Amino acid sequence: METKDTAASACSCSASAQAPSCGCDAAVRSPAEIRTTDSTITPANRLDHFAARWGWKRESHRVVPGLYRLGNPSTESPVFASANYTLSFDALRSALAGFDAWILVLDTKGINVWCAAGKGTFGTDELVLRIQSSGLENIVSHRKIIVPQLGAPGISWPEVLRRSKFLMEFGPVRARDLSEYLKTHKATPAMRRVEFPLWDRLILIPVEFVHVAFPMVIVAAVLWVLAGPVAALAVVSAVLAGTALFPALLLFIPTQDFSTKGLILGGVVAIPFAVVFGTNPLLPGWANAAGAATALLVIPAVVAYSALNFTGATTFTSRTGVKKEIFRYVPLMAVMAVVGSVAGITLGVSRLLGVI
Amino acid sequence: MFKSEEVHQNLEAKKNPSGFFDSYSETSLKYDPDRCINCKRCTQVCPHAVFAEGNEHAELANPASCMECGACAKNCPVQAIEVQSGVGCAWAMIGAALRGKDMDTECSCGGDAGSCCGQSEKTGCGGK
Ligand code: SF4
Ligand code: SF4
Repeated sequence: METKDTAASACSCSASAQAPSCGCDAAVRSPAEIRTTDSTITPANRLDHFAARWGWKRESHRVVPGLYRLGNPSTESPVFASANYTLSFDALRSALAGFDAWILVLDTKGINVWCAAGKGTFGTDELVLRIQSSGLENIVSHRKIIVPQLGAPGISWPEVLRRSKFLMEFGPVRARDLSEYLKTHKATPAMRRVEFPLWDRLILIPVEFVHVAFPMVIVAAVLWVLAGPVAALAVVSAVLAGTALFPALLLFIPTQDFSTKGLILGGVVAIPFAVVFGTNPLLPGWANAAGAATALLVIPAVVAYSALNFTGATTFTSRTGVKKEIFRYVPLMAVMAVVGSVAGITLGVSRLLGVI
Repeated sequence: MFKSEEVHQNLEAKKNPSGFFDSYSETSLKYDPDRCINCKRCTQVCPHAVFAEGNEHAELANPASCMECGACAKNCPVQAIEVQSGVGCAWAMIGAALRGKDMDTECSCGGDAGSCCGQSEKTGCGGK
């Protein structure tokens, strides 16, 4: 993306500035800066998107908030609102290739539209403030602004209308449907629905995994030393099952609750380890039982816990439901993890002491 | 307070008699069709088609799909809808519970969990 300043101005809104304290206040606001952008996604943009997906430099995927010119917009051209997260902004400007439009970028602290709407930063106050500080009413002759549907949890159209005189129109969920939408300004039911297809789930895996990779390596290394490579492999398998396999298989595991889905998946992953630990001919029967129990209790508990935590990343779990899950299943997971660990530790200590 | 609530919970009970294994069959969504002026905004903002267009008023078509995002309530001009909105993020709620905070107020989903929570594009709190 090329972002050129076309009108030098006294206001300096740095990307990280707080919205209300941004450079210019009301007194010196008049000719707010209008930046120019285009619809091209450059290799540098792609690199930035890749880094954003891996959670790399979380704070740096930002666009300067304010008004942007896309193509050669006139006073009649439509106005679109976006977040100052590069992935959101780039999705919008590339979807609008060939259109002349204005893009009003809200300061959402580098967070995408839906998340920011949930937190309230993609919200009524910020939108009204940006409409006013950009001087939008002198730039366009109409009084309409197209807001992505997923901004709706943060923005109340009656309030925006009352405070800014701009009437909001809710565009489709996905920017890529915009060109179709703009033909009639009516969204089909499909354009209004949030799905959670395989690709969208897979794309979350990096961030989920990066999060737990470091503790996983430590635990696996410790277990390798104390209990051998198979135990280390069990740790890695449990973590991969919870963070990578679970998102991929989410909709195929036949229960509703994430915890039970996780328990099922974890149970399946645990079976081979239970077999290995439970059929060691050199050890007495109770030790085999303890080994198998460790795998069958700890692995499902770990996978179920990761699964439950994936609720925050999905597009359909209600807070009421997640809370119910926490109360129903976290105690069970804790008991399983503790009993399984005690069995495993007993076994490990007995071996170290040479009891068996 | 909303008479429709009973109706929809009964519906849900029928649809899913084994409620125990589905934590998501009930939500805090309440809709009062008597107030509705049929402006259709709720059908536009809901990401899960919970509301459907009707002749006299919006219809609560699919209440169990509600994710409590709050978009409908926030954009209904006559307050015909109520919902306790919040992000359904176990990571943040468990964190709050462990720190002895209230699970309901403390889910700003801050920190850097890898989700809506932390944030990720398209999902979680994704969208565009
Ligand atoms: S809270 Fe969100 S998901 Fe639930 S009905 Fe309203 S708009 Fe739809
Ligand atoms: S937004 Fe409110 S008034 Fe409008 S259709 Fe929905 S329930 Fe009825």
